Amino acid sequence: MLTIADVVARCPLFDGLPTRHRELIAGCARFARFDAGTAIFLEGQPADRFHVIREGRVTLEVFSPERGRIVVQTLGPGDPLGWSWLFPPYRWHLDAFAREPVAAISFDGACLRGTCHEDHELGHLLMERFGGLMLQRLQATRLQLLDVYAHGSR
Amino acid sequence: MHILTADRLDELIGALRRVGRVVGPVLREGAISYGEVESAADLPRGWTDRQEPGAYRLEWDSRDLYFGFTLGAQSWKPFLFPPRLRLWSARRSEDGSFATRDEADDAPAQVFLGVRPCDLAAIAVQDRVFLHGPHQDPEYRRRREHAFLVAVTCGQAATTCFCTSMGHGPRAERGFDIALTELRDERGHRFLVEAGTRRGDEVLSELCMEEATAPDGQDAGRVAAATAAQITRRMPADIAGVLRRGHAHPHWGEVASRCLACTNCTLVCPTCFCMAVEDTTDLDGTAHRDRRWDSCFTAGHSYIHGGSVHASTASRYRQWMTHKLSGWFDQFGTSGCVGCGRCITWCPAAIDITAEAAAIAGTAGGATC
Amino acid sequence: MAAADPGFLAPRPARVLGWRRETAESVTIALEPAGEPWLPGQFNMLYAFGAGEVPISISGDPGRPDRLVHTVRSVGMVSAALCRLRRGQWVGVRGPFGSAWPLPAARGRDVLVIAGGVGLAPLRPVVYELCCHRGDYGRVTLLYGARTPGDLLFRPELERWRRRIEVLVTVDRAAPGWTGDVGVVGSLLPRAGLDPAGAVAMVCGPEVMMRFALADLRRLGLPESATWISMERNMHCAVGLCGHCQLGPAFVCRDGPVFGAGAIGWALGVREV
Repeated sequence: MLTIADVVARCPLFDGLPTRHRELIAGCARFARFDAGTAIFLEGQPADRFHVIREGRVTLEVFSPERGRIVVQTLGPGDPLGWSWLFPPYRWHLDAFAREPVAAISFDGACLRGTCHEDHELGHLLMERFGGLMLQRLQATRLQLLDVYAHGSR
Repeated sequence: MHILTADRLDELIGALRRVGRVVGPVLREGAISYGEVESAADLPRGWTDRQEPGAYRLEWDSRDLYFGFTLGAQSWKPFLFPPRLRLWSARRSEDGSFATRDEADDAPAQVFLGVRPCDLAAIAVQDRVFLHGPHQDPEYRRRREHAFLVAVTCGQAATTCFCTSMGHGPRAERGFDIALTELRDERGHRFLVEAGTRRGDEVLSELCMEEATAPDGQDAGRVAAATAAQITRRMPADIAGVLRRGHAHPHWGEVASRCLACTNCTLVCPTCFCMAVEDTTDLDGTAHRDRRWDSCFTAGHSYIHGGSVHASTASRYRQWMTHKLSGWFDQFGTSGCVGCGRCITWCPAAIDITAEAAAIAGTAGGATC
Repeated sequence: MAAADPGFLAPRPARVLGWRRETAESVTIALEPAGEPWLPGQFNMLYAFGAGEVPISISGDPGRPDRLVHTVRSVGMVSAALCRLRRGQWVGVRGPFGSAWPLPAARGRDVLVIAGGVGLAPLRPVVYELCCHRGDYGRVTLLYGARTPGDLLFRPELERWRRRIEVLVTVDRAAPGWTGDVGVVGSLLPRAGLDPAGAVAMVCGPEVMMRFALADLRRLGLPESATWISMERNMHCAVGLCGHCQLGPAFVCRDGPVFGAGAIGWALGVREV
């Protein structure tokens, strides 16, 4: 049976971090489960946690009055979920729903935020990691916007 | 090798006319062009040409030679690779099916009188394109098989010539049926005549000619050497390698500011082979497929759904020059350029391919930044 | 009509056996006679009488040589005419032309097929082959991305293939009722379990998509020598004589359309080539 510390140690998101930081992070983590169809977080809610998905798929959604729930991206095993906990106003920008039963590691973002204010090295490293993640997601989103499969003219 | 005095040129032309329709240099609309030659009187005797980037004019030449000019805008390309050709027609039958009918005419036997060595080399280059690949062009083959080539050594070079740096020279060494060198000095006005093939031998055997002497041979050599010495332009060495690496060179943008994308260069070039295939229908429901010359300088040349890959003039000029001087080696094992200089003469913006090559070769792309 | 010498660049007539609408823009047609034997990756020039000719990849099952199958997307006058063809009508065919996907080289190895949009059509013969001879290959995965769920091609086949190989599908934009993935096709790569030492990848789709897919594959350690893509350029003659399809010194109709990424990858990084 893997401990939280083992799972955190294997997370690519935290790969290469000094042991003491990994232990700090593991100290803020716990296993979490979400039933299919439940909301993991909703837009506007305080963003105090973030997750790394271990099993199952999660949909990132935007709700619009005319069109209802719109899925803008799906995430799956291995994907980190949520970075709004790192930046003011610390509120979620999207909805996240468990499309199917989801197992995840859930991190106490508020606690980690506090730790980062004191341990600037940890803060810097987490900013680097989440910055890289945001870069990847932004690039993928741009590709989605490009609508490359559509037939269009210059 | 034999000597034919100039006053007997009509005998040679008569023998050539028994081989096929003789096409040669004629004076037309202020330029030397190719048209039917029935006798020596049709040749532009006494005329020479002055060529510069973007300029061409004829002048009277006191040497009074039959072939005293260099070359005109037209190469022999239109006679082997016609600018327009109907490939096939088809009608639909009642059940909606159809069968195509070849529209190709019988290619007549042709004699090309007055092929410059650079144009001879160009024909050899086009032979590789149309006859030596996995697919061959039957239209080109038909015309090529029936073509009889009479080469003429250049007695003068234009300022736009650069054949010597492209591996050729003013005197043809191979690829002809008959080769002539025009001589005019104290020993008289005559032609040094040699056969390059058995067909050439057969035609020459109809004429009674004196054997050429050693001095005649030396005179011919001197004519060629004197012409070569007049050549001032040259293509940089290893331009193929330079261009293969030169996609990002800033000079392309500089050329583009002058290039009009008018396609003149591709029209006069003796090796350009791009062709457009066009499908049309008549009002009576007959479908046709035609082909015509095309040029990589047009917007439509690289069109795929949505837009053209070569949208900018810079990219088109780069495509033309890189293909001609570099890509051709990968495709056909030889350069696509023979140094005839027509693209320099006939460019309305006076763009000189040798100068552009030197500009790109002289500074490595991006070296300054 | 008297039989005549067909001449240069002349199509042979073929009759439409059947057709199926794939999406609002695409139709699959089956023709007979099937003509010369063909390899996955090759294409034919399809002629709509009087309208013109376009290059269309063969999208059929190599195990069913009795018919010639193409999937056509309506993007212009000729392709629109081809999409309007109905059973019993006639079309002109020239081909097959071009290079093939490296199925022999893939034997015994893991195969990753990455398709974007209508790019799945030139890869469908490969997928049929991989499913039919499943034991000849290692782990086989199809990653397929389309614009919206309505743009997915071959939906019945996708379900059938799931029984034999791994099929992961994603769309750029979801529609109501879509329960699959949303995101670019590259986002499916982590789930494909790519073993960079032993796998081969075959990629087909819009050039932008292939460019990014190749970058993703390189980042995951798959060498260019194990990656193949299919390119597209303006084609008139399809036999390397008209000059239009040149991509650098390569003729896409003859040296391609399937290229090793090592041979043609440079072109993806150069603008207007």
